[in-house]
Amino acid sequence: MIQFHLDSASGVATYVQLVQQVHQALQLGLLEPGDQLPTAQQVVAKLAINPNTVLKAYRDLEREGLVRGRPGLGTFVVSSLPRTDPATQARFLTSMSNWLRKARAAGLGPDDIEAIYRTAFRNCFAEGVA
Amino acid sequence: MTAAIETTGLSKRYGRRRALEDCTLGIPEGRVVGLVGPNGAGKTTLLHLAVGLLEPTAGTISVLGGRPAESPSQLGRVGFVAQDAPTYARLSVRDHLRMASWLNPNWDQRLAETRIDQLDLDPRQRAGTLSGGQRAQLALTLAIAKRPQVLLLDEPVASLDPLARREFLQDLMEVVAVQGITVMLSSHLVADLERVCDYLVVLTASHVQLAGEVSDLLASHHRLSGPRREGNLPSSFEVIEETQTDRQSLLLVRTKEPFPFIDPAWSVMPVTMDDLVLAYMRQARDVAASRPSPLEVLR
Amino acid sequence: MIRFAWLQARNQTAVAFGGLAVVAVVVALTGPHLAHLYDANVATCVSHGDCSTARDAFLRNDKNLGIWLGILVIAIPGVIGLFWGAPLVARELETGTYRLAWTQSITRTRWLGIKLAVVGLASMAVAGLLSLLVTWWAGPIDKVNANRFSPPFFDERGVVVIGYAAFGIALGVTLGLIIRRTVPAMATTLAVFVGVRLGAIFLLRPHLMAPLHRISALDPSTMGLRSTNGGSFSFLPPSPHLPNAWIYSIHIVDTAGRSLTHHVLARACPHLDQVAGRPPQGVPTKAPAGFKNVMHDCVVKVGARFHELVTYQPASHYWAFQWIEMAVFLGAAAVLSGFCFWWVRRRLS
Repeated sequence: MIQFHLDSASGVATYVQLVQQVHQALQLGLLEPGDQLPTAQQVVAKLAINPNTVLKAYRDLEREGLVRGRPGLGTFVVSSLPRTDPATQARFLTSMSNWLRKARAAGLGPDDIEAIYRTAFRNCFAEGVA
Repeated sequence: MTAAIETTGLSKRYGRRRALEDCTLGIPEGRVVGLVGPNGAGKTTLLHLAVGLLEPTAGTISVLGGRPAESPSQLGRVGFVAQDAPTYARLSVRDHLRMASWLNPNWDQRLAETRIDQLDLDPRQRAGTLSGGQRAQLALTLAIAKRPQVLLLDEPVASLDPLARREFLQDLMEVVAVQGITVMLSSHLVADLERVCDYLVVLTASHVQLAGEVSDLLASHHRLSGPRREGNLPSSFEVIEETQTDRQSLLLVRTKEPFPFIDPAWSVMPVTMDDLVLAYMRQARDVAASRPSPLEVLR
Repeated sequence: MIRFAWLQARNQTAVAFGGLAVVAVVVALTGPHLAHLYDANVATCVSHGDCSTARDAFLRNDKNLGIWLGILVIAIPGVIGLFWGAPLVARELETGTYRLAWTQSITRTRWLGIKLAVVGLASMAVAGLLSLLVTWWAGPIDKVNANRFSPPFFDERGVVVIGYAAFGIALGVTLGLIIRRTVPAMATTLAVFVGVRLGAIFLLRPHLMAPLHRISALDPSTMGLRSTNGGSFSFLPPSPHLPNAWIYSIHIVDTAGRSLTHHVLARACPHLDQVAGRPPQGVPTKAPAGFKNVMHDCVVKVGARFHELVTYQPASHYWAFQWIEMAVFLGAAAVLSGFCFWWVRRRLS
């Protein structure tokens, strides 16, 4: 079973770290569909973190379609990390490049653009900030 | 959701000394609440009011909808570990369990014995000869085996070494995971609480400076740094703390989401719980320093 | 809570009942012998006439043991109040364990009530049993001395001891609640307890029932003489024969109630001092020759106007006094207990 660890100095939210560690384990093949994730009780007994944090991470993973919680049985991995569809990636790359060209034409410099990007990113993934 | 702990204008005064002043809180159930503040801020007073060891001078407090200590069943719903985990030095570990089983109708003997076993405590050993960490664990066992809905702890890890501290918190979180109780623990060190709390109350100089869900607080506060200048910030920003050098400004601000657009000269960084608590504590101290003392006012 | 109160009190009650067992053994070993000696020597001597030698001889038996047992009975209620009562709540307040006790599923009043009841009843049992043992043991001695109504013997026998013990506990708990620290509470308890007991003996007990008065003529054949500091003399009447009564006072007074002063005596019997010489103060000595006649005439002369007035409680009032004084102390214990309940609820918040 996967062992979580916590980097309290990283500034990254705890539940995000848990999600990232599951992603990593899936990528490296340490976790496969059918494997059970540790229960919230097991995780907090090792890490001394809030159980809600664990539940939140598992909910996010469930939303991503990576795991599924079976009542009374536990949380299980149901699929490996989806490779993002290259076509989708290319589409977004094109629209982003268009946007950047227009922004530059309007007179925005690199720092301006970065500030705008960060603001928009932050609002979109609001809970992803530590 | 019903409030686990609700206070309105709660105050406790001893003659002229104000231990707690005008405290209004609404803490939802199921949270792990961190009560942070320097020594003498009123944390112990607030906890003692919540378990009925003290009566308010003004205002009200209710725990799970009931007045603290008003009946044995109310007392049974709230578990408490007081500062320095008081135990009867001459009684053994087993005697303490027997006491708790006699005095609490919901006592779970199996849970208590399992814990004592896991903690490697000798039931015949007198509590006075236990180490600080073991006493804290014994006190925690007594509090949780009575199956409370709310658990209050006064600086439970303050005098424990790092290993004992970590083990205590591990055990506490396991109980929360299994029993789903509401927990409020106080500390004057933020580091103790950062890992475990999802609700924060900052108490300094007898007043509540800040209270809210940790995720909300961290999302709505930001650190800004940029070249020194005045007044370029949107009006929706509330400046909590400001540090100016001759070249640079550092601010801690609070804002409503979504984060508005600001001058790109500012770089925006997230805050940690530590930043937040320290900033509010400093702000309170500065305000108190500029406020005239009660004696001056009378003159 | 009853079981827990016993758990907390188990060591001290073990000590107390252990001590009681020792006393019981001592009493069992020496008591029957004492009773036997009484039956053999004193009970029979009355029919033979003069008992005083037999009685004096008897009283020498186990004299020290009798003194120590008496001291024990007097001391125990105070000691119990000190060691059981004062720390009962004070120690919990001082060590902070009240924060553990008052957050269990029990109200403060019930907690205090049961602790108080357990320790109070235990102390009354110890005191009662001790008094029973000593009263039984001292039975023959008391019969000879016939002084059980007088202090301090009244305080060492019977049921009053139970009242004192209950009061001692209640006082200790009350002071412990107010003072909140064990050692100062113990010291204060001892001081107040001693003060109240002495006050009860001198200020309360004499007034529990109206005393009787006995008037009798002065008897020239038994009247004695006593010299005081300034070298003057006064009459010393013999002890009235009132076994087991509590004598408040013996005065020589006239019909108007005025005491016989040494002036009046000197005027009535001017040669008395010359004949009597200077006996050492307070020491009974054999009177010099010729003194007897002068004394006789003097007493007859004074006796025309003065008589002896004895103010006393009769022996028949003994048990009334025991029960009343016990009730007073139990009542005081109840009042203090009531105060404690109020204090623990209202004032310790």
